[in-house]
Amino acid sequence: MGYCKPYGIKFISWTIVGGFAGTIGLDPHLLYTLSAVQILALLNRLDVLDIEMISEYVAGLQNEDGSFSGDMWGEIDTRFSYCAICCLSILHCLDKINVGKAVNYILSCKNLDGGFGATPGGESHAGQIFCCVGTLSITGSLHHVDRDLLGWWLCERQCPDGGLNGRPEKLADVCYSWWVLSSLIMIDRVHWIDKSKLTEYILNCQDSENGGISDRPDNAVDVFHTYFGVAGLSLMEYPGLKPIDPAYALPVDVVNRIFFSKF
Amino acid sequence: MHGQPRKPLRVKDAAAAAAKASNLRDLQSQLLHNHQHRLYTKEAIAASSKLLEINPEIFTVWNYRKLALQQNLKEATDSERIKSLVDDELRAVEIALRANPKSYGAWYHRKWVLSQGLAEVDFDREFRLLDQLLKVDSRNFHGWNYRRFVAKLKGLPEVEELKFTMDMINTNFSNYSAWHSRSGVLSRLLSKKAEGFAEREKILTEEYELVSQALFTDPSDQSGWFYHLWLLDQTITPNEVLLISSWPSHDSDCVLSINGNAAYCKSSEPIRSSYYFMSTGKLPVVLFFNQTVKGVNSSSVTVNSMFAKNEDLVWRPLLPTKSKEAACWVTYLQIPDLQLSDTKVYRVEVKLGHSKDILSSSGSEFNHPLHFRFTLTLNSDSLRDTRGESVDELFVWDDGGSSTLESNDLVSFDQLKLSEDHASAFSKWQLETISNEINLFKELSEENCIFVKLTLARLLIAQDAMLSHTIPPVRLIRLRDVLELYDDLVQLDPRHAGYYEDERSLVIMNQVTFDDKSLSSHLSHSNNYISSKLHPHVCLQLKSLSLTRIGYVERLLWVHTLDLSHNKLRSIAGIEALQLLSNLNLQNNQISSITALEPLKLLSYLRVLDISFNKIGAHSVDTTRYLFSSPLTHSINVKDKKCFEECLQANINVADNWEAIFLFSELHLKQLDVKGNAVADEKFRDLLKKVLPTLTWLDGERL
Repeated sequence: MGYCKPYGIKFISWTIVGGFAGTIGLDPHLLYTLSAVQILALLNRLDVLDIEMISEYVAGLQNEDGSFSGDMWGEIDTRFSYCAICCLSILHCLDKINVGKAVNYILSCKNLDGGFGATPGGESHAGQIFCCVGTLSITGSLHHVDRDLLGWWLCERQCPDGGLNGRPEKLADVCYSWWVLSSLIMIDRVHWIDKSKLTEYILNCQDSENGGISDRPDNAVDVFHTYFGVAGLSLMEYPGLKPIDPAYALPVDVVNRIFFSKF
Repeated sequence: MHGQPRKPLRVKDAAAAAAKASNLRDLQSQLLHNHQHRLYTKEAIAASSKLLEINPEIFTVWNYRKLALQQNLKEATDSERIKSLVDDELRAVEIALRANPKSYGAWYHRKWVLSQGLAEVDFDREFRLLDQLLKVDSRNFHGWNYRRFVAKLKGLPEVEELKFTMDMINTNFSNYSAWHSRSGVLSRLLSKKAEGFAEREKILTEEYELVSQALFTDPSDQSGWFYHLWLLDQTITPNEVLLISSWPSHDSDCVLSINGNAAYCKSSEPIRSSYYFMSTGKLPVVLFFNQTVKGVNSSSVTVNSMFAKNEDLVWRPLLPTKSKEAACWVTYLQIPDLQLSDTKVYRVEVKLGHSKDILSSSGSEFNHPLHFRFTLTLNSDSLRDTRGESVDELFVWDDGGSSTLESNDLVSFDQLKLSEDHASAFSKWQLETISNEINLFKELSEENCIFVKLTLARLLIAQDAMLSHTIPPVRLIRLRDVLELYDDLVQLDPRHAGYYEDERSLVIMNQVTFDDKSLSSHLSHSNNYISSKLHPHVCLQLKSLSLTRIGYVERLLWVHTLDLSHNKLRSIAGIEALQLLSNLNLQNNQISSITALEPLKLLSYLRVLDISFNKIGAHSVDTTRYLFSSPLTHSINVKDKKCFEECLQANINVADNWEAIFLFSELHLKQLDVKGNAVADEKFRDLLKKVLPTLTWLDGERL
């Protein structure tokens, strides 16, 4: 499934270590912990959480070099840096980790084409770029990004059919409407692509009989690509959709509520 | 789900799918049971293998196998048994990779098993696996990542990895993964000056030849072009840090008039014979370098003046972020509030380069010691008739029709030409390489290939930039060619029109600010206050130029009245360098959010601002939301903001208006125009009045 992160989980299971699993009985992981926190933020029910316990779990996964492991088994990936930092930010607990080191680890994954990989030396990939640019955004560190260089690499993801791919010389896929567009917005370069062609591409991937959106036109639909398609349309201000925040992947009003709720 | 065709479910298919799902559910519940009860028998492990064959994505299954391995290792006594346990895991991974060669869980499991150091690693087997895998999909980044892991585990020298990338490129020029890997390995070898890689220029020349072959084989393939872009970047990065501009400039004379708290400044040169409004009584000293640097502080820069002890001066990077590196730096001299009866002249001297602290991000040093000086004349009388400016008159933007300046009124601008050893930041090789590449691409530019035209435009701009920083500067007036190339590109490739327009804007800014002659046609002397007793302003008129962004601000440090109206500006990034700016016209542009105006916070003299007829409030997506300090980026604590409390008490919705509250409460505007923006309703105007107590004029009406 690559980068198509399961946002549509049905069950949230909370294990005693403080992290969340994808479903009851499975092991906890940062991926699902972030999803759980995002869903509860969306529902304005963060009050049901034991924030102390969750933030300890997340902070406990930071390594000496600033990177994050996905779980106790130690797989390291910039995706997990994003999960940890987005999650702690929503819970107002970023002070529990070493943010400076976390940012430095992200920067060690920066490539000469301006993009970011999963680990140092890893090839630039739009999904990975979202995670790294998102982490840098949330920590106020976007000045480390060469926005023109990265912006050029990202806007070159638009294929002749209007859709976006995730790496050079690959086919377009609706899920990159989220990863590429959100990154372009965070670095203020989204005007470098043709939005109307991309909108058309996403709408062409819709199953007009049964609903849902697929990766490419005429393919089978699924809930992930439906989410990414709708989120992409929202990022392009498609009429009737609520605006979504490019860094937190939550509606803008929810993000404003999280950070200005005391007012 | 990727690559599955959409088709109606047939009864037969539905039955098969149901059977598959039921089988998967059985295996999964079996696994969960075993996992929960810590059952690690042969049968239990075999069941997990079956599950992985169908779905290698459930990482709990891999966790279970790790626990099982740890448990079984405790009971394993001989090395044969250990080896066979490890083998079982490696095989399970291979089977899973057959189902999905991009399974994160499977790849990590293999890394984890090998990292335990349980048995001697059979490297031939690992490289064979990689060969097979990359043969099927030479772009599988999991495979490339795994190769880096195995190479490190084996202690393979980096030269071997470089050779591997060459083999992969030779097999297929269109392999971005290989080019990417090559750029990383090569730049490490070069920066280490590893054996055989000490001659950087020779190596890079060979790489230009290599990539040219790829580009000519298939000019529409992106892989080689990105590598070429990296080579170009390696070629045009200046070897040395140079100071390219400053304010005040060398040998200039600033006349400061002290009237209560207000101070005015003028320079003796005709072009700058205008009066700077300085309510704060502080005078900026601005340094602009040819690249981003760090380490500008009171030990690397010495300012000798009677206004402050050098050690007390704080230098800060001029950027609206918390970056510690910038091309533009500022410090402020506090001008004492003297009640002078006669004119007094003070000399100020600035020295740089006596320490090695000033460094570029690539590690180049500023090592050409230089100093420049200017005088400050403190005068209590000379400007008495200009006091109207600090009073309440409406500033009226000139239509540009008033007298423009003659070019012979101009003295040379702020380029510092002080270094005596005729330093150039670029080597002969750098200049020659760019020139060769230009010739190469010129031959091809007749064919309508987007990449050829774009690369040629980039090369011409790079050449211009390189030559303008040599001493004495050499100018090749190729900018018109570049504009033509971008015009062609907008036609050929409308998808990226926004990119080409942004690049084009920089070329136009370059053209306009190019030299005294071109600049003088954009300057006007005009009376902006109705009361004609006031001294006329010199206004830089950059209106109606189709600019989408601004650039070359290092040539404009002296500007205090700037008209950028009737452009297509989306961004004003860079304007923060214009520390003297007090009047700014941005009417009729494309600015679409409040946060896009954040650079204005750094302009402490700004008093008159026109942002009318923009797109503020018309867009639901804010593309500059994350570029500046805010609570969302944890760089501002809401609790520290007194203005928030005040807004609350005034019943203002803080969650909906935080951007405006943050920005305007830090400006000291006297005059503001916001009409013609979607955001500018009565409620918004009330908010502005609340957070901008200094405001006298709003949308042309006296408050």
